Amino acid sequence: MAFFDSSPATGAGSSLKGRPRWGERIIEKVIFLNGVFAIIVLLGVLFILLRQGLPALVETPIHEFLFGTKWYPVSEPPTFGIASFFVSTLWVAGISTLLAVPVGVGAAIYLAEVAPKKVADVVKLLVELLSGFPSVVMGFIGLVLLSPWVRELFNLNTGLTGLTAGIMLSMMSLPIIVSVSEDALRAVPDEFKQAAYGLGSTRWEVIWHVSVPSALSGISAAVMLGVGRAIGETMTVLMVAGGALAMPVSPVDPMTPMTAGIASGIGNAVQGGPQYQALFAIGLILFVMTLFVNLIAARVLEVQKRKFTRE
Amino acid sequence: MNNMPKVAKTFNRQYTENDRKRGSLGMKNVNLFYGSFQAVKEITLDIHTCSITAIIGPSGCGKSSMLRIFNRMNDLIPSARIEGKVEFGGIDIYEPGVDVVELRKRIGMVFQKPNPFPMSIYDNVAFGPRRHGIRNRFALDEIVEKSLMQAALWDEVKDKMGQSGLSISGGQQQRLCIARVLAVEPEVILMDEPCSALDPIATLKIEDLMSTLASNYTIVIVTHNMQQAARVSDMTAFLMVDDDHAGRLVEYGETAEIFTNPNNKKTEDYITGRFG
Amino acid sequence: MGNSSIKKRYLTQRMAMAILVAAVLLVVAPIIFILVYMIANGYSALSWEFLTQPPSQAGRAGGIFPAIIGTVFLMLGTIIFSLPVGVLAGVYLTEYARNNWITRLINMAIINLAGVPSIVFGLFGLAVFVLTLNLGMSLIAASLTLAAQALAMTITTSRESVMAVPREYREGALAIGVSKWQTIRHIVLPSASPGILTGAILAMSRAAGETAPILVVGAAFITSGLPTSPFDRFMALPYHLYTVSAHVPGMPADVKWGVAIILIVMVLFFNIIVALIRVKARKR
Repeated sequence: MAFFDSSPATGAGSSLKGRPRWGERIIEKVIFLNGVFAIIVLLGVLFILLRQGLPALVETPIHEFLFGTKWYPVSEPPTFGIASFFVSTLWVAGISTLLAVPVGVGAAIYLAEVAPKKVADVVKLLVELLSGFPSVVMGFIGLVLLSPWVRELFNLNTGLTGLTAGIMLSMMSLPIIVSVSEDALRAVPDEFKQAAYGLGSTRWEVIWHVSVPSALSGISAAVMLGVGRAIGETMTVLMVAGGALAMPVSPVDPMTPMTAGIASGIGNAVQGGPQYQALFAIGLILFVMTLFVNLIAARVLEVQKRKFTRE
Repeated sequence: MNNMPKVAKTFNRQYTENDRKRGSLGMKNVNLFYGSFQAVKEITLDIHTCSITAIIGPSGCGKSSMLRIFNRMNDLIPSARIEGKVEFGGIDIYEPGVDVVELRKRIGMVFQKPNPFPMSIYDNVAFGPRRHGIRNRFALDEIVEKSLMQAALWDEVKDKMGQSGLSISGGQQQRLCIARVLAVEPEVILMDEPCSALDPIATLKIEDLMSTLASNYTIVIVTHNMQQAARVSDMTAFLMVDDDHAGRLVEYGETAEIFTNPNNKKTEDYITGRFG
Repeated sequence: MGNSSIKKRYLTQRMAMAILVAAVLLVVAPIIFILVYMIANGYSALSWEFLTQPPSQAGRAGGIFPAIIGTVFLMLGTIIFSLPVGVLAGVYLTEYARNNWITRLINMAIINLAGVPSIVFGLFGLAVFVLTLNLGMSLIAASLTLAAQALAMTITTSRESVMAVPREYREGALAIGVSKWQTIRHIVLPSASPGILTGAILAMSRAAGETAPILVVGAAFITSGLPTSPFDRFMALPYHLYTVSAHVPGMPADVKWGVAIILIVMVLFFNIIVALIRVKARKR
């Protein structure tokens, strides 16, 4: 063991130690603090909603708040029941999902399994284009193009209804449903399909009995993401859902989903007043709902991802 | 024992004063763990300065892990833990207070797969010196040229210094990576199977290069290719795993000795190709 | 018997394929219809004056210049406030944070916050920037609000792009005695920059189209002149479209469509840039 006995500390060797590298340390601190800051901002959203919204849920007991049908923010004393907002949200998100899922998944299957590359490219380009449309533009289109049709078709006084909003929302959730489902279908290993073809299946049988079931969790995540989008969308429903505060009984009633309720009420609410707090409480409930939907989607996607990766 | 690889040279170096100045390298009773798995067990050996030491052994025996102990690359794996003493220039490099960056500057590393940065050939070589504070264009030009010459790459790339480092052949890329290491003037160069991704001609070029570099640098090379170890190295360390899957040093000595007259039966079996 | 069952199977296949094609048509036809209709009805409003003049008669005449400028300012503000923080946070999460439950929780929180409705971010901005920090209904309050919303996105894309940088690059730099930060600064960030840039531009184009948050934090329908300081009120294209289409009676149709076209062009312009960056990055 020659070198262990030999005298250490050759001039060069000793410089291995004691370099403080202050610049480096400061930058690392900055990066760390910045990470903390970003997280504070993100958690701050929840904190603000809780702080501004919880008082309203104390003032009006939560079951009355959720299930009360009367929203009289400026009467004395005010009454806050958001059931009609909530039911409206369910209507528009429900209609949107009902329309967008079969169409979106069908299109995704076609793009992933059947379409020639050129056709797929063009369709995807158009879908991408649609996903870039701001929601206010979709609201505008619903307002001037779709609502007159709806009015005439159902012989209504106004074409601004839950159905109109639902149709526009379905268009807006299509891009995410199509692209996530398509990814899920493309991730199905070719061996699975080859095996099925080997057993004498037709192309459709392979799609229906092999590809779609294998990609099912990814497709359901796509659906969840579409639902999340429909629940959270604001401008479109503000512009085309009709804005009525009464409890909707049919899809062709004018209605005010939760997001639209916040958007139309916040301008008139006195800062810190009961209506202001009630609107934050609606925001809190929206936050929880979308978080829940997105968490499920993320979870399902995770499972799907693991399914085909062999250890 | 007639199917043993032929040994090209014998080890007969004399330590010079110059060698002494360059840090000596060695490890004593070193254990390396990844979590609860022990990758390397009780290794003690002394690397000779300004010579080539080959670490050989069957795959999965902890050769690469052992090599990465010398420049603390294992630090990058959060679960890695080390016991024992690793000395460089008389200092235990795992002691608190040792600057890993400075250590790696003096003990450079070349990897299995050529990994030039996605930038020009010039910038690849100049990368280290620039980070270490050299800004002067003339000084950089000089370092780049010298390093590429040393790496026997200058003639092939001198007219395309602005081209991407990824645009040249695999063998050239690997020599570029060696030039990149040389540019920061290390004392030791660790090479982790540097030829495993290369064709035979490119491999020969790298081997020639190693022999030339050995007059100025201490080189430690991990290789799965015994012929290569026999051709280029002065010293050879043979590693093997026991039933516990931890790599142990079976035999360490002059390459000529190991390949012609091994002390250990396992070494002989491995070298004559009975397993591995 | 066997023969007829095969026929039946092919018939099923034919019908299924017809349904799939119908689905694609249902996706594509409205998009094409909207595009054609929009251009046919809006192009007559588009003129140099429309782009460069302030509105008059409550937007029924004149142009939309202040709204375009306001939107450009909002986009810049969003990027200035969200990109540096987002990139550094992404670097922190990939390069420095230990892989423990806290980091995983943070990652989950970020992914989910990207899906929180924009109106909720509007409420956040109103409470924090407009009221608590007393910035008022100003350009800066709106930029900060949109930046908070964009943050989740910039962090996610930076994190993913930084993670996608091959480990070999990092090792190569570390192995020649380059420090961790220098490696990040000179190797990791340059390699990740196309991805980071893509995310930033997408965040920016989203900010350009976002309406609900700026509705809450107070965009103005008509301002006198352009904003001269970050604390001024501002006009913005999406809010302008909302107001002229929903709240101004007697609005000429071509003006509304014209505003919509300009808004979409601004948003898509950046999407096209993103597509170009992707193509270029792939070539490398």
